Amino acid sequence: MAAQIIVITSGKGGVGKTTSSASFATGLAMRGFKTVVIDFDVGLRNLDLVMGCERRVVYDLINVIHGEANLQQALIKDKRVENLFILAASQTRDKDALTQEGVERVLQELQREFDYIVCDSPAGIERGAIMALYFADTAIVVTNPEVSSVRDSDRILGILSSKSKRAESKQEPIREYLLVTRYSPARVARNEMLSVNDVVDILHIPLLGVIPESQAVLNASNNGIPVSLEKESDAGQAYLDVVARFLGENRPHRFITENKKGILGRIFGWANRDKVEDAV
Amino acid sequence: MNILELLFRRPQKNSAQVAKERLQIIVSHERATNHTGRDFLPVLQQEIIDVIAKYFTGIDKNSVRVELQRMGSCSVLELNVALPEQNEETA
Repeated sequence: MAAQIIVITSGKGGVGKTTSSASFATGLAMRGFKTVVIDFDVGLRNLDLVMGCERRVVYDLINVIHGEANLQQALIKDKRVENLFILAASQTRDKDALTQEGVERVLQELQREFDYIVCDSPAGIERGAIMALYFADTAIVVTNPEVSSVRDSDRILGILSSKSKRAESKQEPIREYLLVTRYSPARVARNEMLSVNDVVDILHIPLLGVIPESQAVLNASNNGIPVSLEKESDAGQAYLDVVARFLGENRPHRFITENKKGILGRIFGWANRDKVEDAV
Repeated sequence: MNILELLFRRPQKNSAQVAKERLQIIVSHERATNHTGRDFLPVLQQEIIDVIAKYFTGIDKNSVRVELQRMGSCSVLELNVALPEQNEETA
């Protein structure tokens, strides 16, 4: 069977698409699936930095599309996880270099070799974002519990159901999942932040997972490590749960309620703030 | 702020609730205009005609007028249905 194409998208920038793409792809590879993650943010590539392979990029997606390099030259094999490959975006070209025929050809070639193809979409609804989602079988819509992000996610859902290849050729629609990121249960408890149920109510798509706001995410990206490799961290575990649910496992949602700390926890809590306190 | 204001300040509606209400309004409005990529009013009008036609004979396209008006944050859907004369009388 041909590889499944998954787009990580959101409309709004800065919500965690690249972090999620890196962690999700890494999680799939950790489960033994041959996975490639592609950066579609031509001109503003960052997936290479988050994955920690920025100094190994020689050829990129645009080079392959334009026939200046072949896929084997452009694919970067991850050094930590077996079965994981990265295809970087070009830093010098602009998004017009992404032709639909070129993207299709690259994806078809990758489909013969891989189990999953994860497309990291740029922000916005311009060419790069459209190309990232156009050939997708599944979309993971990354949303922060905040008004502009939710509105933009709804807009992206509209585009998935009207401008994708599946929509245009009247095939079965793209499967859509919600991933809520930067979630702060304490602020939700104080009614200062939209709850995950509020977001689900508005967007009406199945919830794949909730990633808590976590220092671990910044630490991981500082070090060029996908946070799903930080198995002790809350965010890392949340991403591994997301991968498990995506693969059909039934896992209860975690990190969506506030940890009630005792007095000792309050005093010593700072020491392991980004560790999991009650892994249930 | 004087002491009276402090004492009698109305409790603030929590901001998450405000956010949800605002989003529900704007998202449903934008879905109606963007998502389908088509004007949904003619479809709505036809469906209403179909329903009314189940109970009244002689309904046609011109008997139902559908208008959507926007007033600030709320939308008003106005339906005007002109029912035909009773069958017994017209027959």
